[in-house]
Amino acid sequence: MNPVNYLYLAALLFTIGAVGVLIRRNAIVVFMCVELMLNACNLAFVTFSRMHGNLDGQVIAFFTMVVAAAEVVVGLAIIVSVFRARHSASVDDASLMKL
Amino acid sequence: MENLIALLVGAPLLGAAVLLLGGRRLDRVGHWIGTLFAAASFAIGLALFADMLGKSADDRALYQRLYTWIPVEGFQADMAFQLDQLSMTFVLLISGVGTLIHVYSIGYMEHDERRRRFFGYLNLFVAAMLLLVLADNYLLLYFGWEGVGLASYLLIGFWQHKPAAATAAKKAFLVNRVGDMGLSIAIMIMFTTFGTFTFGPVLGATGETSEGTLTAISLMLLLAACGKSAQVPLQSWLGDAMEGPTPVSALIHAATMVTAGVYLIVRSADIFNAAPDAQLVVTVVGAVTLLFGAIVGCAKDDIKKALAGSTMSQIGYMILAAGLGPIGYVFAIMHLVTHGFFKAGLFLGAGSVMHGMNDEVDMRKYGGLRKYMPVTFVTFGLGYLAIIGFPGLSGFFSKDKIIEAAFAKGGTEGWILGAVTLLGAAITAYYMTRVMLMTFFGEKRWQPDADGNPPHPHESPKSMVVPMVLLAVGSVAAGAFFEFAGFVEWLEPVTGFAHGHSPLSAATVTTATVAVMVIGVGLAYVQYGRKPVPVVAPRGSLLTRAARRDLLQDDFNHAVFVRGGTHLTRSLVYVDHTLVDGVVNGTAASVGGLSGRLRKLQNGYARSYAVSMFGGTAVLIAATLLMRAV
Amino acid sequence: MSFPLLTVTAAVPAVGAILTAAVPAARRTAAKWLALLVSLATLVLAAVVFVRFEPGGERYQLTESHSWIKDFGVRYELGVDGIGVALIALTALLIPFIILAGWHDADPLETSSKRWRPTQGFFALILMVEAMVILSFEATDVFLFYILFEAMLIPMYFLIGGFGDRAHTGSDENAAAQRSYAAVKFLLYNLVGGLIMLAAVIGLYVVAGNFSLTEIAEARANGSLEMATSTERWLFLGFFFAFAVKAPLWPLHTWLPNAMGEATAPVAVLITAVVDKVGTFAMLRFCLGLFPEASKWATPAIIVLALISIVYGALLAVGQRDIKRLVAYASISHFGFIILGIFAMTTQGQSGATLYMVNHGISTAALMLVAGFLISRRGSRLIADYGGVQKVAPVLAGTFLIGGLATLSLPGLAPFVSEFLVLVGTYARYPVAGVIATTGIVLAALYTLVLYQRTMTGPVKEEVRELPDLRVRELAVVVPLIAVLIFLGVFPKPLTDVVNPAVQHTMSDVQQKDPSPEVEAAK
Repeated sequence: MNPVNYLYLAALLFTIGAVGVLIRRNAIVVFMCVELMLNACNLAFVTFSRMHGNLDGQVIAFFTMVVAAAEVVVGLAIIVSVFRARHSASVDDASLMKL
Repeated sequence: MENLIALLVGAPLLGAAVLLLGGRRLDRVGHWIGTLFAAASFAIGLALFADMLGKSADDRALYQRLYTWIPVEGFQADMAFQLDQLSMTFVLLISGVGTLIHVYSIGYMEHDERRRRFFGYLNLFVAAMLLLVLADNYLLLYFGWEGVGLASYLLIGFWQHKPAAATAAKKAFLVNRVGDMGLSIAIMIMFTTFGTFTFGPVLGATGETSEGTLTAISLMLLLAACGKSAQVPLQSWLGDAMEGPTPVSALIHAATMVTAGVYLIVRSADIFNAAPDAQLVVTVVGAVTLLFGAIVGCAKDDIKKALAGSTMSQIGYMILAAGLGPIGYVFAIMHLVTHGFFKAGLFLGAGSVMHGMNDEVDMRKYGGLRKYMPVTFVTFGLGYLAIIGFPGLSGFFSKDKIIEAAFAKGGTEGWILGAVTLLGAAITAYYMTRVMLMTFFGEKRWQPDADGNPPHPHESPKSMVVPMVLLAVGSVAAGAFFEFAGFVEWLEPVTGFAHGHSPLSAATVTTATVAVMVIGVGLAYVQYGRKPVPVVAPRGSLLTRAARRDLLQDDFNHAVFVRGGTHLTRSLVYVDHTLVDGVVNGTAASVGGLSGRLRKLQNGYARSYAVSMFGGTAVLIAATLLMRAV
Repeated sequence: MSFPLLTVTAAVPAVGAILTAAVPAARRTAAKWLALLVSLATLVLAAVVFVRFEPGGERYQLTESHSWIKDFGVRYELGVDGIGVALIALTALLIPFIILAGWHDADPLETSSKRWRPTQGFFALILMVEAMVILSFEATDVFLFYILFEAMLIPMYFLIGGFGDRAHTGSDENAAAQRSYAAVKFLLYNLVGGLIMLAAVIGLYVVAGNFSLTEIAEARANGSLEMATSTERWLFLGFFFAFAVKAPLWPLHTWLPNAMGEATAPVAVLITAVVDKVGTFAMLRFCLGLFPEASKWATPAIIVLALISIVYGALLAVGQRDIKRLVAYASISHFGFIILGIFAMTTQGQSGATLYMVNHGISTAALMLVAGFLISRRGSRLIADYGGVQKVAPVLAGTFLIGGLATLSLPGLAPFVSEFLVLVGTYARYPVAGVIATTGIVLAALYTLVLYQRTMTGPVKEEVRELPDLRVRELAVVVPLIAVLIFLGVFPKPLTDVVNPAVQHTMSDVQQKDPSPEVEAAK
């Protein structure tokens, strides 16, 4: 199968993730959409690795997965503590930074 | 000998420093210290004079160079003095009359608690005036020139608590500054033309530049002279300057400082000689002022202001003579010296009268004083005879010479100038007779002063009388002395001298001068001697009323410069606040408004920030791709 | 390695500032004495610099050079020419008097707490400004100069905004608002100027590849550094704008009256007599030194602006009702003279302008500090609130008059020498400008004498009847300043000797010769 199709899939997943981040209010869902975007990138990297015949892309994909795991830990912890404090997981409610 | 020149200036300067810095503990001896230093200057002057007489006529000038005052590449101003016959004449006049007036002031200012300071200022004046006439370059002359302006400012405004005195002092300084502008521009032109402003090189190189440049320099020097010597159109300060103590009026505003303009023109003779157009302007200024001052002098009831008008008019004579060129320079200086004697004497006499009359200055409230103040009457009377040109007295010799020289100018100009000087002589006789009659003759018109004390006229103390007597002697004898002792030959090496060719014989001119004088005296006698003088001034004709207001020149100044200037500054303050500052404040306000609007973008929603991030990234990628494609 | 004299001269007040700030709250007086001693020590060092400097020697002397930010070629480079030496002497001379005059300006009010610390801050900030100003007169690295030029705004901002004149009209809140308005205005004006200068500094680096004044000037002179005409002009304008704000030149002047009016008198002196001089100094050193062609190109416009400053500043001074604002507008007029002298591009003009910077500093200090003493007695800055002071406080009035006479450039006092040199130097090249500038001497007499007449003469006003005369501390401020004014008025040689060679160098920078006199030219 032509590897370019994997790239189309990655782009599709990325777009779905991005739209999710922009339009959903629930912090958990936004978070999952971010994961979706990361994984779309991973897919693209792996595909490129296959297309170019070297391992750079796969190395970076592993790297991304490690970062994503760390991010999940920190991010979920923040969301949980925000939820505890304000009884809401909506990103729109956390707008204290504006003047 | 030349090392003494600096001491001429140094002695009174030291006196001023001692008196002004010495503080209260010198209050009791201050006047003696001041007089001593002035007298020291006079003594040194006499010594130098004696030395000078012993030398041949061409070898009399002395030079002393102290140090370089302003050393800048291409610009050398020296602290250096030049004592020649012209300077010597002035040195003796200034320090001599100056010392007499110091003596007079001891009595006149006796009851003033700030007498020490007064003497300090007088010494300062003498020092600055001597610096003015001893300088060997125009910049140092300018130093003295402004120095006498400062001393004059301090002395006119000596009674600062009187608003009129403070205003008069400020006015004198300001009007003089307009003249000073002329002097500084003249020095600038000299510097760019000759590369120097030392008398010798500048006056020696007048042949090497164009007449236009020389005319410009001359006119600027004339402007300076007009300011200092109260010539039209910068004459307005002199009348007001009479607010100062009377010895000040005698020394500064009659005998010495106001003649500095004449000195300047005579000193710059070579420049003026090469600029005939400027000389014409000088004579016109002299002629106009001569009549202007005389007319004003006729209308004033304030004895000092009448004398001030007269001073203006007499200096008009000198300026006119100086404008005539080599035929007039010597006589300008001669009249200057004789005028120094008789006018100082007249002012001291007026001061003596005021001293006895509770400081009353209105002549309409005098009358019949000759019996009460015999010495004052006699000395004032001799000064009076001298100024109107009574044959044999000093004013006769010097004024007659100027009138002759005016006719000798030749052509229509000569006739006009001659006629003006003759007319001036008649008016002089008229207003001086008026002063004399109103003050010393007629019945008493005395009025009690503001506190209700009637005046008790009495002769003044000795310290005041002695200077008056000495000046009276000078008023009588100076003219004849100069005439027969060879004043012309004395000054000729410095100023040059030429005999004019008068269309009228000397005898004719002299006869005419005496005749117009008699007419003037007679007219005044008819008006003020035969009839009683009203205590309240009559309304008078249009000319009289205008003359009382200084021929409306002051009103013109007030309307144009004072009021116009006030409006100008007020509107500029407004412009500065609203326009210049407003532009900046407006910029600040619009920046503030813009940032207020931009602030709304920061709404705090994470999602909207995310949108801008995505948008931005998208635009960036698109731009990169586009650039690659191109 | 030789002793780093220049660094030490600037470091002493800087260290002194830190020490002064660290004095405990209760030991207020000790802080004042410490500051005074430090400023006197700086004066001694400045005197050493003055003596060690050889007028006939190298252009820049006592040089120091260390690498600082290698990647950008920024160096810590110091060196003084005659102009810098004269201005360092001026700064070091004035600061002790400023400190002494402001002795009680930052004392705690009755209502303030025991832990009142601003007294220490006030004197520490003054010393900090001194350190920065001195270093900026020494810097021969454009970037170093730029940093100092900007950094001195910070202590000045706090001095203006934090320590206002206690003699104000209206309520305390209103005065505080006025003061912070003045401080912010000062800051914004100078920051905008500095920003534009920063752009020009970067531009200069891009073109020249380093920041060294001496290297760039040399490279320009021997032709190894070509600069396009338009580039040079833009860079010149960037520098000039910043200096013209600081100087200040019409129409960028409006921050000065506010700042000088609201600040205490000693701080007002610090602004106009010391800090503003950095602007005119930099015009001579950087504008003419780095961009000679562009300087010549811009001269006509700058001369017109300088003339406007002279006449406009003087006319506005006449119209002021506030004593300190009057002095501020008078200063604007005087800065017009300085800039006129610099851009007349004649030896006399530039020597005169340099002397003018020094003399204006001393004369304005004398006038303004006496005015400050007067204001602190009566508690009002309005001219109309005074009258007849001469009668009750003759010494105060006398010194005020001398300060005024110096301001109007009376011969015998120092400013005359410089003003006349500027006028002659201007006339030699631009006769019309010379004549217009001369009207300034009449206007100066007008505003000075009107001020003196309204405050000091006439009948004694009820409110000033009890006014005490000058005290010993105040006399110690005024008398030395007046003595210096008189000394430099009759014998300016010590100063001209130092300045003349530096001016010759600047003249050769811009490749200008004095117009030769007409008569000599004919020979």
